[in-house]
Amino acid sequence: MKKYYLGIDLGSTTSKAVIINENDEIIGRGITNTRANYKVAADIAKDEAIYDARFTLLTNKLKEEIESKPEFKKYMEDIRSIFQYRQFKRRMDSLEKKLKETVDNYNYENKGEIAVALNKIIETIRPQIRDEFVDENLGSKNQFFRDIVSQRYNAEVEKTNKTLFEPLMLAFDKSITPVENKMVQFNFKELVDESMKLLEDKYKGLVGEPEDGKKEDWYYAELNAVKNNYKNVETSLKEHIDSIAEENIHIANMVGTGYGRALLPFPEDCIKSEILCHAFGAHAVFPDTRTVLDIGGQDTKAIQVDSHGLVTSFHMNDRCAAGCGRYLGYIADEFGISLNELGPEAMKAEKETTICSTCTVFAGAEVKELLHNGEKRPNILAGLHKAIVQRAMSLIARSGGVRNEFTFTGGVSRNQAVLKYVKQMVTDSYGDVTMNIHSDSIFMGALGGAMFARRNIEVVLPSKKKRPVLKHA
Amino acid sequence: MSKEAQKEKSMILQKEMVSSLFNDLAHAKELGKKVCYTFIPGNLSELIQTFDMLPVYPEINALQSAMRKKSSAYIKEAERHAHSEDVCTYVKCDVGMMMKGNIGPTGQKIPEPDVLLLSYTGCFTFLKWFETLKREYPNAKVIMVHTPYQENGEITSEMTEYMVKQFKEVVIPEMEKVTGIKFDESKLKRHLTLAAEAEDWITKIFDSTKHKPSPIDAYFAGVYYIGPINIGFRGTQKAVDYYKELYKEIQERIDKGLGPITPEGEMKEEKYRLVVEGPPNWTHFREFWKIFYDMGAVIVASSYTKVGGVYDLGWRHDPERPLEALAEYCMNCYTNMNIPQRIDLLKKCIVDYDADGYVTNSIKSCNSFSAGQLGMMREIEDSLEVPVGFIESDLVDPRYFSYSNIKNRLESYFQMLEQRKKMEAVPV
Repeated sequence: MKKYYLGIDLGSTTSKAVIINENDEIIGRGITNTRANYKVAADIAKDEAIYDARFTLLTNKLKEEIESKPEFKKYMEDIRSIFQYRQFKRRMDSLEKKLKETVDNYNYENKGEIAVALNKIIETIRPQIRDEFVDENLGSKNQFFRDIVSQRYNAEVEKTNKTLFEPLMLAFDKSITPVENKMVQFNFKELVDESMKLLEDKYKGLVGEPEDGKKEDWYYAELNAVKNNYKNVETSLKEHIDSIAEENIHIANMVGTGYGRALLPFPEDCIKSEILCHAFGAHAVFPDTRTVLDIGGQDTKAIQVDSHGLVTSFHMNDRCAAGCGRYLGYIADEFGISLNELGPEAMKAEKETTICSTCTVFAGAEVKELLHNGEKRPNILAGLHKAIVQRAMSLIARSGGVRNEFTFTGGVSRNQAVLKYVKQMVTDSYGDVTMNIHSDSIFMGALGGAMFARRNIEVVLPSKKKRPVLKHA
Repeated sequence: MSKEAQKEKSMILQKEMVSSLFNDLAHAKELGKKVCYTFIPGNLSELIQTFDMLPVYPEINALQSAMRKKSSAYIKEAERHAHSEDVCTYVKCDVGMMMKGNIGPTGQKIPEPDVLLLSYTGCFTFLKWFETLKREYPNAKVIMVHTPYQENGEITSEMTEYMVKQFKEVVIPEMEKVTGIKFDESKLKRHLTLAAEAEDWITKIFDSTKHKPSPIDAYFAGVYYIGPINIGFRGTQKAVDYYKELYKEIQERIDKGLGPITPEGEMKEEKYRLVVEGPPNWTHFREFWKIFYDMGAVIVASSYTKVGGVYDLGWRHDPERPLEALAEYCMNCYTNMNIPQRIDLLKKCIVDYDADGYVTNSIKSCNSFSAGQLGMMREIEDSLEVPVGFIESDLVDPRYFSYSNIKNRLESYFQMLEQRKKMEAVPV
């Protein structure tokens, strides 16, 4: 039986899971938002990583076809998105039920009116989300259940009568938490079968390339290929699906890390510090890494590693939010935009407005003042992004500076504006060093954990000589 | 006598010494003794004894208040009287205690000072501290000695002469005036002889960490061990007796191959040997210590236990050169050494005591300690390739001790040491 290893990184904002094989290759990733119930967050991330692993195995089996035939590539992309939709749908069903229950228990005089409005919202967003999954690949966008629903729900609430605003928002707040904290069990095969049916409907209904096609040519090429040949894909897929669905993804060992690690139901020696895991993961992906900067939700870490990926020293900012992901979250709230929009907006800046405040809360007041004085939003955002990176740079300096290759990890490394300033400032301070940023950077901690799990914690490492003997007078 | 009873003997001795001192202080007037407030670094204990004065150490009172969970209220009291949030928390704790009646750790009132003796000027806060006290106690005589910093890593004869001149021209005449006692050099010499003897013993005690397992924790227990030598007993027979007894007890532990004693009993397995730089946190002293001993970490040397005097390198109070000895002592305290000297001293500790790691506890309140700590850490890491750790807390302000953050960092640090140990275990 093949052995797999699981790493779970229970962060303050997101929970990540990574499954690796015996060659340290990532075969599955799962991510979800961290919620009050840590165990559920970890289990959801883990289940997602296992589904993802099954798809990876499936993809590997169809490797030749996927590489040579566009319809296979397209089909595999689509089925993953739809598979996510099927999971989403189960949760959505229970949320709908919960929302209706909540409103049913209201004591408001206009309860009936609220219920009608709620129904209307549900009926509007349900197909809307379905279409986005089926036609626009929403599943590939790494958005969490809560975010997907709340974004559309809120937009619809805005459109209703003002008197309904509060009760409708309250209904959502009251319903989302219990739904999120409940674990839903899925059957992989069932979900894949459902997804294939849905895809069949989609492809059957496809019409030819529209005259005013705005998409790239390859998009239609793939679509046409799959439209004409999806039956072949289905047949090939069906051959494998049963074996993949039944394959025992045997998790031989696992390691938990991150802020919530102490709450994971793991034995003590399967819990590792996130500092060690991030460093180990980053080093595995980029073996020449000597300095790792990790900007997460609630802290920033500058870590120095040796040639084996082991930490030699680290420095953390855990006193102040002004320098980590939560700062960006707060700023996004201040501007009333989503976290994902922050970076692109800041990239539009003509200059960086200087933000003096070193405190997250006071920066909020400063931002309001600047807006009031007519400062442009992108410029302010650019200033805020720069401020975060400046704090990270001081942490790097405290930890010993940038030595050899530099790798940037953590959720915040997905933000283009942060990335821009990191590149700029690292180059300014340390010259032309190689800088690594990986699309999997948010998973580095979980990857490191999985790698420790594979080594069964008992790290077998090359020998390292004892420190030189010091002669003193 | 059982081992347990013997183990307690030094603790009982220390307790008796402390309570007799505070008892004398409470009855200073009846005893006809003058009271001298002074600080631990560069304390002129033997000179104070020569003039039959009783010493009061405000920073010791502050840390005692913190351990008795009283510092928070004292600090608030001082802040209510406009002492800023950024002021050293030892100062605020002391000032707050004074404002609330100046009740010491034994529950007895601490008398007002007759003398405010500032014999170490390396800490600028000390100057301001006594300026504040002078306003509160206008009748107290301020005696200030300027202590030259070891800028070039040495004590030159000019520096010593400069200090001796101050002793002769200011300190001794002023003390004679306040106490009405004529300076008796032979008495000072007797105290210096006893001081040197206690210094020999304490050096042996802190050197016992060479053994594996280390019989003592040189930081968390070390802060108790330095009590008598620091709080006014250096130069007395009592101190010599205490350290002899303590050494005997430690020797017994060594003979039996025992590790250090923790608040939860004896440490079973010594996993990591560490050198710690910086003072401990006093408000959560037990919790702080527990994080270490739970992980099997023992501190084999610390810079903090050297604030009252650096004896490791062989320096002793020399009764043949009494005033010169006092001068050298003042200039030789840990925070008066320049950064390269401190680095050398810490490196020597790491090597001599075969430490696995080096941890800095950076104190928000204390500039004397915090300045240069990061650079020292880098230098030590680079030259010895020893894993280093950095944590932050405060002396006596509980608001600056974040248990979960410190625990998280230390846990990561210990896991880092664990990995390192495994690597070193693999044969070349």
